[in-house]
Amino acid sequence: MSEPTSEILSKTPLFDLHVSLGARMVPFAGYEMPVQYPLGVMKEHLHTRAHAGLFDVSHMGQVELHGADAAAALETLVPVDVIGLPAGRQRYALFTNDAGGIMDDLMIYNTGEYLHLVVNAGCKAQDFAHLQAKIGHRCEVKVRDDLALLALQGPGAEAALVHVIRPSSFVLPASFMGGARLNLAGTECLVTRSGYTGEDGFEISVPAAQCEALAKALLAAPNVQPIGLGARDSLRLEAGLCLYGHDLDTTITPVEASLNWAMQKVRRTGGERAGGFPGAATILSQLDNPASVKRKRVGLKPEGRAPIREGVELVDANGAKIGVVTSGGFGPSVNGPVIMAYVDAAQSAVGTTMNALLRGTPTPVSVVAMPFAPHRYKR
Amino acid sequence: MSTRYTDDHEYIKLDGDIGTVGITSFAQDKLGDLVFVEQPKIGRTLKAKEDASIIESVKAAAEVKSPVDGEVIEVNQAVVDDPSLVNTDPEGAGWFFKIKVANASQVAALHDAAAYQKLIG
Repeated sequence: MSEPTSEILSKTPLFDLHVSLGARMVPFAGYEMPVQYPLGVMKEHLHTRAHAGLFDVSHMGQVELHGADAAAALETLVPVDVIGLPAGRQRYALFTNDAGGIMDDLMIYNTGEYLHLVVNAGCKAQDFAHLQAKIGHRCEVKVRDDLALLALQGPGAEAALVHVIRPSSFVLPASFMGGARLNLAGTECLVTRSGYTGEDGFEISVPAAQCEALAKALLAAPNVQPIGLGARDSLRLEAGLCLYGHDLDTTITPVEASLNWAMQKVRRTGGERAGGFPGAATILSQLDNPASVKRKRVGLKPEGRAPIREGVELVDANGAKIGVVTSGGFGPSVNGPVIMAYVDAAQSAVGTTMNALLRGTPTPVSVVAMPFAPHRYKR
Repeated sequence: MSTRYTDDHEYIKLDGDIGTVGITSFAQDKLGDLVFVEQPKIGRTLKAKEDASIIESVKAAAEVKSPVDGEVIEVNQAVVDDPSLVNTDPEGAGWFFKIKVANASQVAALHDAAAYQKLIG
């Protein structure tokens, strides 16, 4: 059932642990990654929402920007307020291209000394080259392929994290998108209170050599299960979060992607540092004239129980094509199918009904507000 | 009652000229957790290898094909109501449909248990 691969796949520092835990390994973004463990996708998903799940996301790219000019330099590549990001805080961002399309989405954390960026595995080589070429003369671009990344997610994540913290006194990141350095299982790690599931939780940047020991210590905490990419996908879809290469790509602008919230006022028309990022003319024009936007990313719910997957066409009552599904599957917590799609802007209001052509059969779906499963971030 | 297996991992359990069709434990394990089942209409005439039931797991869509020619005489509503039955008891309560076998020699031509075991290694 898996496709033959001719490329040589990389392994994360947890490869042996995944195999010993009985994971089913699949190729993903050039890495051999666990798609599921013996628990299975459904139970792994529900376990994460009920307790805590540990995800190996070491395939993602980590890069640091050092130097006094780093934040201003990075602002030339993203439509995001980086200069105003306080020390100890993290922010979602997008690399845009000259046409206003999205080259990748990423997280930026301000350590107070430098900026720590996390980018998608499939885009990381290109992102690193982009940073070096465009702002390498203004700040030091330091690729940290010596670091691994773990995500600990779910309502039990804080208890599990505390379980492995060594010092008797410590300060956790107090709220969503906060961060701190913590000694976990004897190793100093960079911890941010963030993730990709809609739950409270943490992302832990740990030296690769200490990653396995930390993962084992976290798995030894009560009610922590290893979770594979299968459940990671259904969790992020229920949370209404975009997957690059599916819901976002170089032909889609942040406005079309309904990511206006990610672009702070200071970078918009009339803001103190308006524009100055690739594709600014297009993106600012779309923000200023919402009626000019042709398509929008929306959430859809079908009437029936059949999952409707990526690539399925959406048509209006007359059968005219008005959109396409970019992510779709079964939401275990929603207990039903959930869909992310791009539709004509005129058909994007909540409550609008249309048909998905499921195996050629028109199947009613309607536009709903996202997320499908409520976010439970620590505020 | 004898059980035979297809290359596509369906089984057919024969009782007289009535065959009970489902997917093997190997197949359910490969598919992962099932979340949706659509059954063929009772009375529909199927050819061997024709798509009969549509199934969706958390990972992918697939079809249960009819192992032989015949007519659908009964479908298992229990797996429509609770698709996870196919994962927990694929060769028992998780069957899909019963078919009136048109040609018994088609059943005999399928893999027996030993040959199927060899196929899946």
